[in-house]
Amino acid sequence: MKDKRIILTFLIYLFFSSNLQSMEPDVFVQSTVNRASEILTKNVSKDTKMKDLQNIANETVDIEGIGFYTLGAVRKTLNEEQKKKYSKLFHSYFLISFSSRLSEYTNPEIDVYDKEVLNQNYTIVKSLLKGTKDRPEVKIDWRIYTKNPNNPLIRDLIIEGLSLARTQKEEFSSILNSNGGNINALFKTLEEFSKK
Amino acid sequence: MLRKTIITLFTTLALTLNVNAASDGELILKKNNPAEVKDCFEKINRATFAFNQALDGLIFKPVASAYKIMPSPMRSGVSNSLDNLSNLITIPNNILQGEFYKAGINTVRFVINSTIGILGIIDVAQHFGLQDYEKEDYGQSLAKLGVGPGCYIVLPILGPSTARDTVGSAFNFLGGDAWYNVTVRNDTHHFSDIDYYSSKITSGVDFRAKNYDSIENLEQNSLDFYASVKSLYLQDRQQKILNTKKIIETQNDSDWEEIDNN
Repeated sequence: MKDKRIILTFLIYLFFSSNLQSMEPDVFVQSTVNRASEILTKNVSKDTKMKDLQNIANETVDIEGIGFYTLGAVRKTLNEEQKKKYSKLFHSYFLISFSSRLSEYTNPEIDVYDKEVLNQNYTIVKSLLKGTKDRPEVKIDWRIYTKNPNNPLIRDLIIEGLSLARTQKEEFSSILNSNGGNINALFKTLEEFSKK
Repeated sequence: MLRKTIITLFTTLALTLNVNAASDGELILKKNNPAEVKDCFEKINRATFAFNQALDGLIFKPVASAYKIMPSPMRSGVSNSLDNLSNLITIPNNILQGEFYKAGINTVRFVINSTIGILGIIDVAQHFGLQDYEKEDYGQSLAKLGVGPGCYIVLPILGPSTARDTVGSAFNFLGGDAWYNVTVRNDTHHFSDIDYYSSKITSGVDFRAKNYDSIENLEQNSLDFYASVKSLYLQDRQQKILNTKKIIETQNDSDWEEIDNN
């Protein structure tokens, strides 16, 4: 009888604790967007904004996953050392590019309104960037990687149906094609961008 | 000259495409996959792209910048009016694609907006519960008929296109655009060539102004701006042909899956 009680208590505890830890993808996106929005409305320098946005990206974006996706089939030809070098270069490129793109916006209002579970690994969260007098309303979908439900991560932003990850992938592919598939050319381009 | 251009484009199409009249959605999706579209004339395309960028810096960007200062209702009016005119290309293409219901809706929209909406300046039709307006063109109709995109082309001034879409645009000048017919092709005494060309230039400026910050941002943060624009154009065409904005219907997820399995 006592054993049964202990097991029951343990199961109830497990149920509640797992529920507390896991985060629904739409809640995750809205909270991430709210955090970013708060930074963008602050009256601080662009550099401070960029640093704060980079901290958010480090926590919420699967930078390594996006990096290998954008490399396409070439990733299979890289050795471990090249993979490490690429991951490092892509990481700094991504943070600069991401924060620089976002820091131009002031007071963006994004409302999450729906989600579509694709499978165990992916959920598409749908949101709307409210229009202003300078720009029209923009539909933004978020591809959320949910393999670990306790730690959902952003893998792609789809703006009006256009995938940023896919655009990035085709851009990298173009650089590699123009240089006879030489990965060092891509490394050099990434290094130069980060130094800008 | 125009005839020569059209013949050349048709030849390019015939040589590079496998025209298949009976095509299903999956085949259309595959044919229009941005990664599958060949950049046969990349060197020339890049040179034309550089020329267009220079032209943009000299003319379109400053004009768009000034246009942005205009009061918002005025810009909306111009934009609505241009959208209304585009119905004259959309409606025949709705019919060509077998979408007769949409053709009917767009005809009603055009009549309401051209009259009550004062030449399309006010989008009155949106308050009548009509479904959202989606532009269609001859390039999309050709794609629906199973014609593949052919090579990627950057046209001087007009920008990114494909062999198929360029041929599609040529239909506008061969009687497929009622607005061109009443302004340039036929002497109607009501409109002149200037009306047509000024509407096209305004349309370009309106597009540039609407996407002003996005274009600047993309240019600043791109490693290869030419490749980014090409990718975005081809993705946009693919979703317009399929009439969807759902990424899962246009993107092949196999690469994401491979990463997960690594």
